[in-house]
Amino acid sequence: MILDVRALTKIFGGLKAIEEVSFKVRRGTILSIIGPNGAGKTTLFNCLTGVLPPTKGKVLFEEEDVTHKRAYEITAKGIARTFQNIRVFGSMSVLENVMIGQHTRSKEGLLTAIMGTRKFLKEEDEIKSRAFEYLQFAGIQDYSDVLAGNLPYGDQKRLEIARALATEPKLLLLDEPAAGMNPQETKELMELIRRIREWGKTVIIIEHDMKVVMGISDRIVVLDHGVKIAEGTPNEIQNNPYVIEAYLGKEEVF
Amino acid sequence: MKKILFMFWLSLLSMPFTGIKGGAYLFGGILVSYGVYFLLANIYGRTKIPSVPVNTGLLMIALIIFSLLLPLFLSDYYTDVAVLAGIYIILALGVNVVLGSTGLLHLGFAAFYGIGAYSNALLTTNFGLGFWSALPLTLVITSAAGLLLSFPALRLRGDYLAIVTLGFGEIIRLVLNNWDSVTRGPNGISNVPSPFIMGFEVGSLMYFYYLVLGFVLLAAFIVNRVHRSRTGRAWLSIREDETAAEAMGVNTRKYKFMALTFGAFWAGLAGALFASKMHFVSPESFTFMESVFVVCMIILGGLGSIPGVLLGSLILVLLPELLREFQLYRMLALGVGLVLMMIFRPQGLIKIS
Repeated sequence: MILDVRALTKIFGGLKAIEEVSFKVRRGTILSIIGPNGAGKTTLFNCLTGVLPPTKGKVLFEEEDVTHKRAYEITAKGIARTFQNIRVFGSMSVLENVMIGQHTRSKEGLLTAIMGTRKFLKEEDEIKSRAFEYLQFAGIQDYSDVLAGNLPYGDQKRLEIARALATEPKLLLLDEPAAGMNPQETKELMELIRRIREWGKTVIIIEHDMKVVMGISDRIVVLDHGVKIAEGTPNEIQNNPYVIEAYLGKEEVF
Repeated sequence: MKKILFMFWLSLLSMPFTGIKGGAYLFGGILVSYGVYFLLANIYGRTKIPSVPVNTGLLMIALIIFSLLLPLFLSDYYTDVAVLAGIYIILALGVNVVLGSTGLLHLGFAAFYGIGAYSNALLTTNFGLGFWSALPLTLVITSAAGLLLSFPALRLRGDYLAIVTLGFGEIIRLVLNNWDSVTRGPNGISNVPSPFIMGFEVGSLMYFYYLVLGFVLLAAFIVNRVHRSRTGRAWLSIREDETAAEAMGVNTRKYKFMALTFGAFWAGLAGALFASKMHFVSPESFTFMESVFVVCMIILGGLGSIPGVLLGSLILVLLPELLREFQLYRMLALGVGLVLMMIFRPQGLIKIS
C-alpha cells in the first residue's frame, strides 16, 4: 500500500466537508474519486497534500504518518498534485514552470549561485534538461519559451501535469484533468495518464467524465456529502445502488 | 469614458502651473494622442505597441562605459544627483527582490535603509570604525533586522502585509526620532566620515561616484545571478501563486524570509553609502514617503525586472531635479505618472524577459 487514509475528517465551521473517509491505494494502480459536486473530493485532495490540515484522522504515505506535514514536505516525500482551477505560474515561461517542479530534487543555494560555481552551473543544466524531458513527456516541448499564461487551456493542464511530474513523485493526484477538454484532448489525456502509470507511478484522479473514469481506473471511490458511499472496481461501481442513488436520485417505490 | 474623465481631471490639476489655457491645451493634446494611440492599437493590435527589443550584452557594456565617463562631463551638482541615483538603485534592487520577485508588498523598506544609515553613522562616530570595517557589521545588523521584522509580518498576505510593514517602517523611524541617548533624536548624527580606500579619502564627489558605481554594478551583478538561480525561481513562484509554489515543494515561508533578509541587506548597503555621502543622518530621511518612492521606482521600471529597476530609479531621481521649478507638484506628477503607467503600460517600462 502506497497510501493509507484512515478516518479522515475535515470540518469547516459547522460543515463536515469530509467525514471519516478511509481507503487504501495499491502501488502502481489508478484510483478514481468520483461524486456529485460538493461531495468533498477536492477537500480530500487538499487534506492529503497538506494544503489544508485535516481535523481528524490519519494519512499514511509509505507507512509514514504525513498527516500534519506542510505541503512542501509532503511534496518532498513524493506526493504531487495538479489543481482543479489551473494554477500555472502565468508570467513565467513553460520551461521555468517545470523547473520549479525540480525544486525539491535540487539543492544549490544563494552563495554558489552568486559565485556561479561549477557545481551550481551543472545543477542548473541538469534541472533544465530534466525539465525539458518532462515537457516532452507531456507533449508540450514546443512551447518551452512561451509564457505559461499564454498557453491554450488544454496545454496549461498538460503543463500542470508535467510540473507535478517534475517533482518526481511516487503518487500523483490529478484534480479533474479532463474538465473542459474536447473528446480528442480527453483521449490524449487518458493516454498520458496510462503512460504515467506504466512509468511506475501511482495515480489518484478526481474526474467527472465517466468515460475517463471507467476507462482507466483500477478502483473507484465514491464520495457523497463528504462520506464514502462505495468503493470497488469500475464494474462494481456501475451497478452499485447507492452510487446510482447519489447520482440519479432515489427510485420511487409505489 | 473613464479614461477621458481621467484626462480631464489631469488637466484640471495641471492648471495651477500651466494656466487655464495651458490646461485646456494639455487636455486636447492628451485626447488627440490617445485617439491616435487607440486607432493604431486597433489597426495593429495591442500587442504590437512597442516592446523595446534589447541586445543586453552590448547595451550593458555601452552603459558601463558611459557611466564610467559620465562624471568627467557633469557639473558637481549633477554628479551629486547621479550619486544619489546610484544609492537609490541599490536600495531599489533590494526592494525589487521583495516586491518584484517575491511579490510581497512591503511598505516599510525605509526602515532598513534607515537602520543601515544609522548603523554606519553610529559605528563610525561612536566606535571610531572606518567605513569598511563598519560595513560588514552594518550589513549584518540590517539583514538581521530584516529577518526579525519578517517573523510577525510574513504570517500575513497582500494588503494586510502592506499595512503591517508600513507600521514597522513608522516604528523604526519613531524610534530613531525619540531614542535621544543613542540616535540624538531629530538632531541626527553629523560628522559621519568618508570612506578611505588604501589610506586615501574618498572625499570628493567624483570619487564617491565611482565608489557608488562599483557597488551598483556589484549589486546588479549579484541580484541578477540570484534572480536566475533556483532561489530566484522559488521567489518568482511565490509571487505567481503561493499555494501552487508550496505544492511544488517550495518552502514558501523560508523563501519569504530569505527574500526579506536579502532585500534588507541591499537596503543596508544603500543606507551606509547614504550616511557616508551626506556625512549626516536624521530620521527625516527615512520617512514613509521614502518607501513609497522606491516602490514607485520599481512599478515604473517593471516589477521584477533588473534593467527596469535601474531605469525606474534613474527617472524618479532625475526627473524631480529637472523639474525643480515645479517643486510643489512633484508628488502630483509622480501620482499622475503612475496612474498613466497603470493605464497604458501596466507591466512597467521594461518587461521581464
